Amino acid sequence: MIVIRDLLRFSPSFRIGACILMGVLVLVVLSFFSPYAPDDRRAVPRNRPPSGEFILGTTSTGQDVFWMLTFAVRNTLIVAGIAVLIGRSIGVLLGMISGYVGGAFDRVTSSIVDSFIVIPRLPLVILIASILRGQLSLLGLAVMLGILDWAYPSKRYRAQILSLREREFTHTGIFAGMNTFKIVVQEHLPFLIPFLLADVVSGFLFAIGFEVTLAVLGLSDLDSQSIGTMIYWGNYYQALLTNRTWVLIAPIAASVVIVVGFYLVSISLSSYLDPRTRLARLQVGVK
Amino acid sequence: MTLLKEYILPRLLQWVLVIFIGVTITFLIPRLSPVNPVDQALGRLTAFQSLSPEATLALRESLLDLYGLEGSILDQYFNFWRRILQGDLGPSFTSFPMTVNAMIRNSIGWTIGLLGMSVIIAWLSGLILGSLAGYFSNRWWSRVLENSLITVYPIPYYILAFVLLMLLTYYFPIFPLVGGGQGTPGFTWSYISSVIRHSFLPALSIVIGATAFRFIMSKALTSSEKSSDYVQYAELAALPKRKILFSYLIRNTMLPQVTDLGLSLGAIFEGALITEVVFSYPGIGSTLYNAIISADYNMIMGVTLLSIVGIATASLIVDLTYPFFDPRVRYR
Repeated sequence: MIVIRDLLRFSPSFRIGACILMGVLVLVVLSFFSPYAPDDRRAVPRNRPPSGEFILGTTSTGQDVFWMLTFAVRNTLIVAGIAVLIGRSIGVLLGMISGYVGGAFDRVTSSIVDSFIVIPRLPLVILIASILRGQLSLLGLAVMLGILDWAYPSKRYRAQILSLREREFTHTGIFAGMNTFKIVVQEHLPFLIPFLLADVVSGFLFAIGFEVTLAVLGLSDLDSQSIGTMIYWGNYYQALLTNRTWVLIAPIAASVVIVVGFYLVSISLSSYLDPRTRLARLQVGVK
Repeated sequence: MTLLKEYILPRLLQWVLVIFIGVTITFLIPRLSPVNPVDQALGRLTAFQSLSPEATLALRESLLDLYGLEGSILDQYFNFWRRILQGDLGPSFTSFPMTVNAMIRNSIGWTIGLLGMSVIIAWLSGLILGSLAGYFSNRWWSRVLENSLITVYPIPYYILAFVLLMLLTYYFPIFPLVGGGQGTPGFTWSYISSVIRHSFLPALSIVIGATAFRFIMSKALTSSEKSSDYVQYAELAALPKRKILFSYLIRNTMLPQVTDLGLSLGAIFEGALITEVVFSYPGIGSTLYNAIISADYNMIMGVTLLSIVGIATASLIVDLTYPFFDPRVRYR
């Protein structure tokens, strides 16, 4: 809580980022009050430009772009959230275990992790998605992205654990008779949480980027609403050539806004984590 | 000798491991999936024409053979490796008599030309601008540069490319819409200039994003290096600022930058999927996209394998050149 209060007070980019993400959250909440079901075609007149009645216009299949967008944002964030949860759990667990156990186990896991960092993910994702064509639900997509995005975080946690393990207070804890589990949970975890936060944000960026890319290529679950599938169907119905750009502008603007919001939060978090800038901020606070 | 034993050998082992894991994953994915690619291909083939049962069975046999799905999973695995080691990626399924190798050979030149140029341009400009902005961080132009590039950086690439395409070919038709070049290939001025005109926009879209990334990274590196003792000493000794920046500072921030350059050059073989699709550029990315659309699963696998080998080899080469760049590695 103190972290968030400090960030709100001292970092303008965090303030803006948090406001943007709050706005996105409002959109997500609004999706529960939508007057139309997410896949309800021909609910409204087709191809209307934005107006008072239809804030963001309507699509070629007769859906209201604004309400469609609320579902799209919700689904995209859910996909990204699940992917982040899976990826970070694998990463944190593996990084912590190989950091604490050390020795030959650590050497083997580290070189495997290093290999996974190098292996390009986009072609793999495309290979999986194209084999599962049509059978890949949004949930499956989320699980797949999660399974592919754990190597780099795991390396970072391992490095953190290695440095924490050598700190003075760890030795003090051991000599005071604390058991390993207690030291890990009470003494080390608090140091890892800020890293986890920054990492979660970058995981969100990765997952959103991949969701949009796959959907634009026509490889994700095209029947459900997400930011990527909205762009796909917009292109499919030739929104650009027929000058119905509002169909495309809404999801594109939404994804830019979400990404910028997460990005602002992440740069403010990482500058908060950097001890040098924290020192500078403390001095500002003293004055 | 210790350099060889302690530095080069582990890197070589790592390279073998990366390729081994990558190839194994590429082998396992289709086999773990609930969808049988052979039945799927059969379904597509027989959707438009009715075949007699015997013909279907024969087709099934030959497809099984082509996909390498015959025998136990271990046999398949060894066969897979044997084919890869022979450099044989099998036939493409949509343009059947053509092999995957031939199709990759046709398109790889375009991709290497486009991506090689734009990666190097973006690397150089990002490095120089970022170091300048990091060293002279109080000047107004450094602030303007930083703010504008930080705004550009998080925009998803697809959207950036799309907006560029819309603006510069549709609303202001300065550049041609699609393709890689016009006229017959050859060393004539008209052909080369048309290639440059066609690849300018895709290259620009890559350069913008990559420059912004390189700028942010090298600015961070330079501003942390700036507070080092040797820089302060050089400033007290009244060395010209240009000399401090270019001969000392940039050299010391070079190591991670060279690593990144190597890795992004290795990633070229992956092709710039989105770039080439958005701008209809005839490289590896477009080939991959066509393969995705027509479910040409052998082709996708070929490109995946190529990109794994490309990036693994690039990172091996980067590691092996470290001792030349950094004496600390050499004398460890």
